[in-house]
Amino acid sequence: MDVTAYVVLSGILFTIGCVGVLIRRNAIVVFMCVELMLNASNLALVAFARQHGNLDGQIAAFFVMVVAAAEVVVGLAIIMTIFRTRRSASVDDASLLKY
Amino acid sequence: MDFIKPTIEYGDLWPLLVVFGVAAAGVLVEGFVPRAHRYVVQTCLAVAGVVVALVGTILVARDLDVLGDGAARGAIDVEGTIAVDGPALFIWGMLLVFGLGGALLFAERRLEGGVSAFAGQAAALPGTEAERQASTRGLEQTEVYPLMMFALGGMMLFAAANDLLTLFVALEVLSLPLYLLSGLARRRRLLSQEAALKYFMLGAFSSGFFLYGAALVYGFSGSMGFSEINEAVRDDVGNQTMLLIGMGMLAVGLLFKVGAVPFHAWTPDVYQGAPTAVTAFMAAGTKIAAFGAMLRLFYVAFGSDRWSWQPMLWIIAILTMFVGALVAIVQTDMKRMLAYSSVAHTGFLLTGVLGVQQASELADGEVTSLQAVLFYLVTYGFAVVGAFAVVTLVRDAGGEAGQFVRWRGIGRRSPLVAGVFAFFLLSMAGIPLTAGFVGKWAVFTVALAAGAWPVVIAAVLCSIIAVFFYVRVILLMFFEDDDVTAPGEVAAVTKPSVLTSATILVGVAATLVLGVVPGPVLDLAANAGQFVR
Repeated sequence: MDVTAYVVLSGILFTIGCVGVLIRRNAIVVFMCVELMLNASNLALVAFARQHGNLDGQIAAFFVMVVAAAEVVVGLAIIMTIFRTRRSASVDDASLLKY
Repeated sequence: MDFIKPTIEYGDLWPLLVVFGVAAAGVLVEGFVPRAHRYVVQTCLAVAGVVVALVGTILVARDLDVLGDGAARGAIDVEGTIAVDGPALFIWGMLLVFGLGGALLFAERRLEGGVSAFAGQAAALPGTEAERQASTRGLEQTEVYPLMMFALGGMMLFAAANDLLTLFVALEVLSLPLYLLSGLARRRRLLSQEAALKYFMLGAFSSGFFLYGAALVYGFSGSMGFSEINEAVRDDVGNQTMLLIGMGMLAVGLLFKVGAVPFHAWTPDVYQGAPTAVTAFMAAGTKIAAFGAMLRLFYVAFGSDRWSWQPMLWIIAILTMFVGALVAIVQTDMKRMLAYSSVAHTGFLLTGVLGVQQASELADGEVTSLQAVLFYLVTYGFAVVGAFAVVTLVRDAGGEAGQFVRWRGIGRRSPLVAGVFAFFLLSMAGIPLTAGFVGKWAVFTVALAAGAWPVVIAAVLCSIIAVFFYVRVILLMFFEDDDVTAPGEVAAVTKPSVLTSATILVGVAATLVLGVVPGPVLDLAANAGQFVR
């Protein structure tokens, strides 16, 4: 089976996620864009697993989902503490440390 | 498809399992031990776990099997996912030694007047009644010990991972606890939380790149294992463009972790904002683990394609050294200056990494690039843990005093502490008779032998620039007048408990011994041999 279309789609999703991280200001949205990048990788892994006819990529996709869930726990905890302190989730506002 | 029962070599892996076991036990202690006893139980558990794992690493290292022609010792365990070989065990040893130092610094309570350097209650907002109550009741966050042990276990796994999936999981296991630890400072909590946010956001972004790179390399080779990837690269099967893009994206993830330019932006912010004990542990540990993983990935998996990645590392090494050294000159905060100097050290280490050659090209008894990088990591680790430990001692009423003005004339009031700090700085600058000199000499030699003379010239120039900003701090401590400032503005050296003193003492002793008689440790690194393939 030709998986090119799936790999191209995963590339598009990854790019959307990547651009989103760079241009969005809200920490939650930035974080969602990172998750989009991870999911794009999952799609690529599963597509390549299909192409090569082995299970490595599919298993990897499961591990990535678990890791992404763990990352959500840590990430939302950090974003929430900083939101409660500053009343703002904008990544531009956190600018005490610079140069 | 048949399911094959995996074999797990517990005999080789038990030091790693001890560290993870202690981390999990630490979580249970949080749940079941009364608050008053947690500090003692957690500290003892963490220290005992690290010591047992260190002894275990030495025992495992003593009876490694010699493979093939004797260049490598060790075995690839757990169905090809974890390589327990000489370099991996050497790195485990280093990580556990610096992890022990980190645990002792975490446990220091005398400097803050009876409480640890971590937030009493991380959920309480800064400047509210809840936070005041937490501090008057002397609450402590003892979860930091299990978090540190998880990070340490992740670092050990990162350096031993032999396939891309294990590498990714280890990367997250080491990073996630560090994101949380950076946000837990007791003083200056806004800075600390901001450091955690920045570290987390950029870290998650870079691990996204790392994972997509892993997917592309898997697409190229059809396997996650390093040896299978190596075969695919050598036989040139599949799409070359996909391999190159994948390799580049994997490099982004790893170069972010070591703090190489242009992925260094998090380093100064996180080093400055995080609690100093965490900074000390992270500065040594993350760098060692990430360089271990980078060496294994590029030497074992992409070794036959080194003409593709060496030019990239040339440019990054030169950029990293210059940016690190030049920006460090204009810093006015001690932790930030040390952070930029650590960026410069990443550049020196990359100089060693790109000095890889075929075994046949090496003269007899010549230092290999692996050996040089491992030795440099030892010297840098001792100096950086020691230096950050000294930074925790210089304090005023508001906590640690990082500003340069506060350090004026501290050498005349506390000559011993300032002298020790100056010694660590001289080692980082690479002055002869300190460990740093031997480390620099080793990485420069291997890069020169591999024909990377432009990088070595840049490295020598940067070493000279680096001497300038290190010596400036020494002048500040010993020769600048502190009379011009008002009495309250000068920080004093607080007397630490035996925990911090021991860490600093070991750092000084190791830096001196490695500078005067580097032979034994260089031999140990040489005996570690090559990576198993």
